[in-house]
Amino acid sequence: MRKQKIILAMAAACALAGAAHAQSARDYISIVGSSTVYPFSTAVAEQFGKATKFKTPKVESTGTGGGFKLFCGGVGVQYPDISDASRAIKKSEIENCAKNGVTEIVEVKIGFDGIVVASSKKTKPMALTRKDLWLALAKEVPEPGTGKLTANPFKTWKDVNPELPAHKIEVLGPPPTSGTRDAFVELVMDEGCKDFPAIKELEKSDGKQAKAACGTIREDGAYIEAGENDNLIVNKLVSNLNALGIFGYSFLEENLDKIQGETVDGVSPTFENIASGKYPVSRPLFFYVKKAHVAVIPGMKEFIAEFIGEKAAGNEGYLANKGLIPLPKDQRKQIAADANSLKILAP
Amino acid sequence: MNKLDDSAALPPTASRDIKTIVNAGLKRRHAAERRFRGYGLTAISLGLAFVVLMFANIIGKGYPAFWQTYIQVPVTFDPTVIDPDGRRDPKALENADYAALVRAGLRGLFPQVEGRRELRSLYGLISNNAPLTLRAQVLADPTLIGASQEIWLLASATVDTLIKGNIDRTLDESLRPVKDNELGWIDQLHASGKIQRKFNTILFSNGDSREPEQAGIRGALMGSFYTLLITLLLSFPIGVATAVYLEEFAPKNRWTDLIEVNINNLAAVPSIVFGLLGLAVFINFFGLPRSAPLVGGLVLSLMTLPVIIIAGRAALTSVPPSIREAALGMGASKLQMVGHHVLPLAMPGMLTGSIIGMARALGESAPLLMIGMVAFIVDVPRGITDPATVLPVQIYLWADLPERAFVERTSAAIMVLLGFMVLMNGLAIVLRKRFERRW
Repeated sequence: MRKQKIILAMAAACALAGAAHAQSARDYISIVGSSTVYPFSTAVAEQFGKATKFKTPKVESTGTGGGFKLFCGGVGVQYPDISDASRAIKKSEIENCAKNGVTEIVEVKIGFDGIVVASSKKTKPMALTRKDLWLALAKEVPEPGTGKLTANPFKTWKDVNPELPAHKIEVLGPPPTSGTRDAFVELVMDEGCKDFPAIKELEKSDGKQAKAACGTIREDGAYIEAGENDNLIVNKLVSNLNALGIFGYSFLEENLDKIQGETVDGVSPTFENIASGKYPVSRPLFFYVKKAHVAVIPGMKEFIAEFIGEKAAGNEGYLANKGLIPLPKDQRKQIAADANSLKILAP
Repeated sequence: MNKLDDSAALPPTASRDIKTIVNAGLKRRHAAERRFRGYGLTAISLGLAFVVLMFANIIGKGYPAFWQTYIQVPVTFDPTVIDPDGRRDPKALENADYAALVRAGLRGLFPQVEGRRELRSLYGLISNNAPLTLRAQVLADPTLIGASQEIWLLASATVDTLIKGNIDRTLDESLRPVKDNELGWIDQLHASGKIQRKFNTILFSNGDSREPEQAGIRGALMGSFYTLLITLLLSFPIGVATAVYLEEFAPKNRWTDLIEVNINNLAAVPSIVFGLLGLAVFINFFGLPRSAPLVGGLVLSLMTLPVIIIAGRAALTSVPPSIREAALGMGASKLQMVGHHVLPLAMPGMLTGSIIGMARALGESAPLLMIGMVAFIVDVPRGITDPATVLPVQIYLWADLPERAFVERTSAAIMVLLGFMVLMNGLAIVLRKRFERRW
């Protein structure tokens, strides 16, 4: 009786192991990573599946950090081949990759994503600067009189800058887990705080503290974490006329009849301004390829070629229709050449 | 003291006193009862109002997704394009440039359109799967080559949204996804009856797509089917066996008590925890493939098992002891007693519990986030190890996309999911009503 049970248990274990073996021949590309790159990556995957004899790649939306964690898990078919990222890979992530044997990584930049500050179409547009945004959203700001850092006292935009309307400060934006939030802090908050004497002083004495003072967003209800769903923010802007929202450019483009993008430092967030680099709040998007998999998984080279080809990532490519801002032409050429020859990222 | 004595003796005056006291209180008590009923009624009507609001919102947004706009285009299956060497070689037919036929057809509709930009937006009226449609027709019937036909081709999502009235024509041109020239073409086609809305079969026959007009829920439905199949095959037998053992055979001691407490606790564990467990055990330890219905089913079985065990035990306890005693008294063994008498009588209750557990598993998305089923999958899964996603996850993914045409598809997918939920819960009710016995 007992013997029978042991045999049964062993059979069950063998069945599981057998299923694991079935996986050893994966014939589709596995992509993980950023939810910002997901709409582009999936569009390329679909086209690739239709236009070539290869299977359609599987694209998982895990977030940039989560993607690298999986990607750096090791070399082998159970690990993903490509990781999408809405920021460049961090040093710690490269080290983690190397520790697990993923030493050869190819970095491919695919274009830009603008981060817009938008409001309902029914309100008057505001001409914002990064300084205004920092003063309105930072946890601690220099006191108007003394210049010493205190808890943010500003309640309305007029308090921040007399030229702005007397609306209550209400900004809907992504939570700290989001790559969009990281980019907003880096591109707006860190830039907006620079010219204040208090920050400059802090910079000299303690750089880490200065960075924290610049990048910490207030938690008293003026900044509302609205989750990862940008459509939700758009809907909330339509019903709340005083609120501003922070999200990716493609959501502004899709909803131009309902919302407007505010100018930042005098530049409005249009396709042309982001592409030319005039609009200050834009970030590059990437995907990272595990070189060791290129020879093993069918279609990897062709997929990379499709992604960076003019048909997809070019000025009039289908990714531009989906809201991706293409790279300048000469840069595209260089990147395409590097990617097609699988030039690995310098460690 | 006095009062007590009075009431004990019950003289006529005292009883009148009590009556007046009761009468005075009666009004208050009736008012309290009316208030309580009022609260109950308000609570229920508030709840119903929200349900109605939710359904109205979802159905109002979702029902247009069941219709899809098509444009009639005159297509000439030009042999010089499809089959230049005239050998009807299937390989050549497969790789021919069918997009050229679509473009020629559109130019035939609007011969006055010129210039690269203008033509580009004209070609944009038709969804980019049109060449594949034509290819499928030619491959199915090569005699088409050389013929001219009026063919209904799938319109692009912007045309569809405009026809459904979700784009404001009065806006300034720069703010509209449809420009003035496109508006003119669409109106012209509409006036001549070349634009039609047909039932959206694509929604039920395609997997996911980044083009809203080509996106369907078949992939997610099949994913849900395989996942639930695994869940049912694992959790039902194990759950029933556990319930029978614990209820009928296990000795009552500290260990079985501990197991019972643990099972009750597991039923209340947040589902995401099972996802983490699945990731650690099935994927990282056993090395099962990510994103596969097999792993999804295993994880959801963990989640459903406690529900089935608890429901199963409740069904077993409701079988009266007299049945057991009668069976044993007739000389049945304990196993025969359970197998022949108790289990069949408890089965309707067990099935009801299982169906409700399965309905919960169908609507679950959180644990599947962990095991990689939040993924873009175009190919409809054909087995339990193919990468797949499930209906609730598909809804989550569509809700997050920028294209406006996905809003109605999200609601349509929710309607389908709700339909299955109602169906499963209805089945549970029917089973209970028809087979349950009361003692």
